[in-house]
Amino acid sequence: MGRLKLFIPLLVFLLLAALFFAVETEVSEGEYDPKALPSALIGQPFPAFRLPALLGEREVDESLLKGKVSIVNVWATWCPTCLYEHPFLVALAERGEVAVYGINYKDDADKARQWLASKGNPFAVNIVDASGKLGLDLGVTGAPETFVVDSAGRVRMRYQGGLDEKIWQRNFVPLLEQIATEEAL
Amino acid sequence: MPRLFLMLCFGLLPLVALAVVEAYPFESEAERRRYNALIDELRCPKCQNQNLAGSDAPIAQDLRAEVYRLIRDGKSDQEILTFMHSRYGDFVLYRPRLTLETVALWLGPLLLVLIGALVWWRLSRGVAKPSADNAGLSEAEQARLKAVLEKRDD
Repeated sequence: MGRLKLFIPLLVFLLLAALFFAVETEVSEGEYDPKALPSALIGQPFPAFRLPALLGEREVDESLLKGKVSIVNVWATWCPTCLYEHPFLVALAERGEVAVYGINYKDDADKARQWLASKGNPFAVNIVDASGKLGLDLGVTGAPETFVVDSAGRVRMRYQGGLDEKIWQRNFVPLLEQIATEEAL
Repeated sequence: MPRLFLMLCFGLLPLVALAVVEAYPFESEAERRRYNALIDELRCPKCQNQNLAGSDAPIAQDLRAEVYRLIRDGKSDQEILTFMHSRYGDFVLYRPRLTLETVALWLGPLLLVLIGALVWWRLSRGVAKPSADNAGLSEAEQARLKAVLEKRDD
């Protein structure tokens, strides 16, 4: 027994090594992001707002997001990752699986219009949040971030970082299916 | 020599101040003190471990401006903390509320102290033991021990 005790430090080391290896593998495969911050708004109604739309002279409010499942993408022309995910958003909007809305976050409206004109516009409506007030109410920490909002206008998920097909299939599709079955009841 | 020492001391002084300083005009010293205490205690949600006072991130600047605005609006410290907590969750509070999710943060250190105390207690008992039955050598063993020790002295 005394001899076996000598191996306890080795055992602890091996356990820790296995733990770190597992976490590191998850991080490198994108399964786990240590910097991702759980949203405080999950299950809560999308915050109230009354802001101009980027295209067309009109104002929109939170009722825009009710009555269908939608994703709301927080983006800006100053955000490099938004450039990366833009082609995916265009493709996603074309597929029509889900309504795609945008929040143009702390941006220059003219630059944003140019961006959409030259790269394609995936957004049904773009909410102009020039001051970042809506972003603050949403708990946004930067761009891009993407929120899933259900038909009742409640926030169901927040994803921080750029989207692509792999992330979409892994993080969004299961939740959207779950929401669809919930709402079919 | 004292001059050299002084020069060394000045050489060690940091040339850049790390805290971000925005010159917000406050009406009273009390408001300024509340502001400084709040940005010291609120955590930058984009950073891994920095408070609002110490971060250059755009979101930290926005949140400092928001804390300033809320103070000027006459909100209490508790209302401001609740405002931040309802948007950014437990992460923004350096002293998180005690909930099921944060219980490990509050009780974890206590657990570690308990483990430390247990280890210390076990070890101190283990040291005390051999001295109690040290007289366990027989006459023959004593003689052999003496012989061995003397042989080494040669």
